[in-house]
Amino acid sequence: MNVIEFNNLTKYYGDVKGCENVNIQIKEGEIFGFIGPNGAGKSTTIRTMLSLIYPTSGSVTVFGKDAIEFGHEVRKDIGYLPSEIFYYDKMKVIDLLNYSASFYDHDCTEKIHELAEIMELDLTRKIQDLSYGNKKKVGIVQGLLHSPKLLILDEPTSGLDPLMQQKFFNLISEENKKGATVFFSSHILSEVQQLCDRVAIIKDGEIVKIQDVKELQTDNYKKFKITGLSLNHSKFGIEGVTQLVESEEEVTFFFKGDINEIVKILSTLKLKDVIIEEPTLEEIFMHYYE
Amino acid sequence: MMNIYLFELKMYKKSIIIWSIAIPFWIFFYMAFFPMIAADSVAFEMIMEDYPEELLAIMGMNAELPMSSILGYFGLTFSMTQIPIAIQAANYGFHTLSVEERELTADFLLSKPITRSKIIISKFFAAFTSLTIVNVFIWGISILSLYLFKGEQTFELRNVLVLLSTVVIFQLFFLSVGMFISVSLRKIGSVLSFSMGLGLGLYILNSLRSLFSSDIFGYISPYTHFNPAYILIEGNYHKVFTIISLLIIIVSLSMSYFLYLRRNIPSL
Repeated sequence: MNVIEFNNLTKYYGDVKGCENVNIQIKEGEIFGFIGPNGAGKSTTIRTMLSLIYPTSGSVTVFGKDAIEFGHEVRKDIGYLPSEIFYYDKMKVIDLLNYSASFYDHDCTEKIHELAEIMELDLTRKIQDLSYGNKKKVGIVQGLLHSPKLLILDEPTSGLDPLMQQKFFNLISEENKKGATVFFSSHILSEVQQLCDRVAIIKDGEIVKIQDVKELQTDNYKKFKITGLSLNHSKFGIEGVTQLVESEEEVTFFFKGDINEIVKILSTLKLKDVIIEEPTLEEIFMHYYE
Repeated sequence: MMNIYLFELKMYKKSIIIWSIAIPFWIFFYMAFFPMIAADSVAFEMIMEDYPEELLAIMGMNAELPMSSILGYFGLTFSMTQIPIAIQAANYGFHTLSVEERELTADFLLSKPITRSKIIISKFFAAFTSLTIVNVFIWGISILSLYLFKGEQTFELRNVLVLLSTVVIFQLFFLSVGMFISVSLRKIGSVLSFSMGLGLGLYILNSLRSLFSSDIFGYISPYTHFNPAYILIEGNYHKVFTIISLLIIIVSLSMSYFLYLRRNIPSL
């Protein structure tokens, strides 16, 4: 079953394109990454799911229901963590969380305390006195307190220190194991790599690729780093090689194609070392953004 | 739905307390001068005669209801009191639907499982309840100070009650117009300047009407629609003006509802 379906979703703000012809299906139980630089249309896409904005054309269905028409029903099972966290400043954390919980049918008290303990969040403080990272924690608890079936996270890790980030990821993984589907938007690829099953890449408001995270790494490029003596003979200028940097002592490049071609060339050289690596997602994605 | 209503009311708490003290104090303070004016009424009338009629008209004075009579003086006080009443109501109107976007809490509230229709209705009633609380104090202090300072004079209480009953429509006018303007614009920067602008702007429009004795200026001003001198003399609403006021309220509320439901909430 698909939890989210974007069907030709298009949003224009006047003449300015937010996103165009977005088509994505996200399956139940999946952790889906949504990658793109700032301003690529990530937030626009996310905000239509929550009917914060209305599509110019196309539609979004969540849990099989139109996200605009049945917005309030659909949102019962959505936990949303916005990229920037702002709450009613003068409230205490616990009052805000209780207010948040009052929108849901079931009692969330236990879950609030459980989450606050994991995230080391002091519930008695006023929101305006909290640091950015602590506000983010309030956001996390607020997004999870009703045990939602779908988690929408918009750049969730900014402002969290690495330790908290890890705790947060564990929390997300745990919710996912309990059956929650996760839609994870980010411009930091390593965290998507760490967490997600599949990933969609958005550029200038359009989806350029949807792929399995593992496939994305294995099917694509290998990263070569060769060290040795007098290597600079332009031997690597074959098809499939990109980003070639050659010097006498070191050659680096990305290669996609028959690996034997490279091995043949390597055998003609006097080498000190060869490192063949999976490229990081960053390196893969640079390709889409060239 | 009840949770938003109660939450909003809580947010208004401080404001309600301040306005519930300030406006009644304003009325009481003005009315407290009446015994002095009544005592010197002859001298006072003579001073007044020297003023040009247009100026007196702007100040809301009327030959039929001299300032030295308790109702005349109350009418004058009341027309002054309409300004803060308007500013408060306009303030809530401009504030209530724009606050989430201004303080960036829209993502929080609107991602909750509730329809926008319920949000706007809860918010409207919370603002209206707050205004009504202040209104109750206005009624109380008005009647109290009339009896306290009337001295030997008598007055028609019924006419006073009719005048006081206009406050609720007057408040609704500014509340709904404020809401309408706030959802028509992309962003409301400073609520206070908008509400002062609306509250004082329409007051000035009413003054122009008195100055030129031309009703044209008054058609969209509730200060004209609910002119205290007129109501205290006639003991009744001005029918046409009241209908205009009600129509503006209904149109503003429906448009606010319509626009709020279709509003795109910009990301930060």
